[in-house]
Amino acid sequence: MSIIEEYAPIVGEDMIEHLRELAGHLDGMKVVHVNSTKVGGGVAEILVKLVPLMRDLGLDAQWEVIRGEEKFYECTKNFHNGSQGRPVPMSESLLKVYEETNAENAEELRAMLEEADLVFIHDPQPLPLLRFCPNRKGKWVWRCHIDLSHPYRPVWRYLRKFVEDYDASIFSLADFAQQLPHNLYLIPPSIDPLSEKNMELDETEVDAVKEKFNLDPERPLMLQISRFDRFKDPVGVIRAYRLAKTFAPALQLVLAGGGATDDPEGDAVLTEVRAEANNDKDIHILLLPSDAHRIVNALQRAADITVQKSIKEGFGLTVTEAMWKGKAVIGGNTGGIRLQVVNHHTGFLVSTPEGAAMRIRHLLQRPEKAREMGRKAKEFVRDNFLITRHLKEYLSLMVALFHGDEERIEFEMKPDR
Amino acid sequence: MLLKNNAREPFTVKDCSLVAIATGRKAQNLRELVEGVRQIHRGSIYYHFWGGLLRPNFDDPQFHNDFAVWSHYALHDDILAERLAVIDPTDFYTLELLRQELIEIIEQRLEEVIRPLWVPEDTQFHFIRSQIVVFHANKNIEHPKDLAEAVPQLPVGCIFYHFIDARRRQPKALDDFRAWLAGFGDTYEELSFLLASVDPYFVTLRELRQQLADVFRHYFRQVAR
Repeated sequence: MSIIEEYAPIVGEDMIEHLRELAGHLDGMKVVHVNSTKVGGGVAEILVKLVPLMRDLGLDAQWEVIRGEEKFYECTKNFHNGSQGRPVPMSESLLKVYEETNAENAEELRAMLEEADLVFIHDPQPLPLLRFCPNRKGKWVWRCHIDLSHPYRPVWRYLRKFVEDYDASIFSLADFAQQLPHNLYLIPPSIDPLSEKNMELDETEVDAVKEKFNLDPERPLMLQISRFDRFKDPVGVIRAYRLAKTFAPALQLVLAGGGATDDPEGDAVLTEVRAEANNDKDIHILLLPSDAHRIVNALQRAADITVQKSIKEGFGLTVTEAMWKGKAVIGGNTGGIRLQVVNHHTGFLVSTPEGAAMRIRHLLQRPEKAREMGRKAKEFVRDNFLITRHLKEYLSLMVALFHGDEERIEFEMKPDR
Repeated sequence: MLLKNNAREPFTVKDCSLVAIATGRKAQNLRELVEGVRQIHRGSIYYHFWGGLLRPNFDDPQFHNDFAVWSHYALHDDILAERLAVIDPTDFYTLELLRQELIEIIEQRLEEVIRPLWVPEDTQFHFIRSQIVVFHANKNIEHPKDLAEAVPQLPVGCIFYHFIDARRRQPKALDDFRAWLAGFGDTYEELSFLLASVDPYFVTLRELRQQLADVFRHYFRQVAR
């Protein structure tokens, strides 16, 4: 069975047929995706499946990862934080490392990138590559996965000069975009329902994970899965837990975070979180390896209350993952969480630890309502946030890119197969 | 653009997909909204009324277009939201007529409110336009009676293209099924009447596909008796 066929029981044969028809118009096209990490973080998780699916549909798709030293990641972490509005240092020496690292990577990748029909550059890390490929023949698209609505201006001013040379950009939401001199396409990201992180699990495996981390199966469990990053507000989650625990003394909290190779700031945040937890035996802080997908899956299935109390969020794929497991989500009223958590339908949007605590108590008191919201959440994800929809939008965009800016692009002929 | 599904010729099934593009135009209050509606490309009007069917969107039981949703959730003006929600785009033969209706409703509301409300910057209305990519679905329907079996199997993009998008292409804003059936003279007049009764605006594309399948199945079952 081909990879794409494996999705038919989940999204329907009609969707698979739709993808095949669309991809027929892109048969053999050379497509290269470039990012800066093979493991950890939402971008890598999407590419690990999106690229094989594109290949399965007849495209000549590749995924390349640029490499750099510690100073490079320090610089790009500053870009990441600065893009989302935090004032960050912009030292000349770090910027020099950033550009030189891209120049070195371009030496290795140039032949492939210049030959490609389409190059997707993910996030700011590999952004300058375009400048080092002067003989490029295809279209270059910058895929921005982060919320760029209120950037720290010096960071955006610096990055913008690289972005302007691209043929198009893709943002997850219109709210995240900055004005640019080319088309700004909108494509929300997705999850893979067949990945280890989202596949169905036996109850015994879920129980084993609870036991492994000393979680009492008889008591309610509250969970936030996220990197240890200030924008995810793990300290705010602990405060919400404490407020709710006054009314639900049996409540347990798990804060579980993976690491990404391009995030040097995680350790500092983890220290702050441990200080806030103050040795509370019902707060379980789990630092998981980046490949602990089945453990994350089991924890999400085990949770009675799922929280993603971010104060800034790109899209919030952990929200999508929890919803796919039939969980109502209490999410921060920000970014892509708003697109997924439809207040009172698939979960609750909150702005403070107090608001989160109130909704935690609400859902603990009304388990049937939580289940009903969870059912809606799962169907909402099935229709909108699975990788097949994401793939469809990439394919549509690729067709559109090669047919100008017309409002209607109509193929009169069937593709040659 | 007319569909090349002429009478007695097989019905050529096509599929489609929307590509969403941010226009960069935003509105933070009613006055900015009406100015945006007045000036924006008509493709944006189309997107904000129909695009919800082909993009990530929660099926809100109260509001079926983006203007009404924004009026309710961001502006908290339920009077305006209800007036906008009741607009049925299938009532308007052209997008320009639909645009005029929108402008009139928003201007009327502007005359009523003493001070137009502002929304926080992070909940402003973003005007989005779309490109539609249309391609062959590798399928022909030889005879109207085959519709009963074929329609439930079609990707929802086909349903959007033939039943919704068609109204922009066909004279008298017909859908493609009725346009094809008209080529058989008055043989399928009753079936066309039944199809005209299917309202595509208040359902998801999956539900619409089911409704159409039911219409075809019941009709041809009756005819066979």
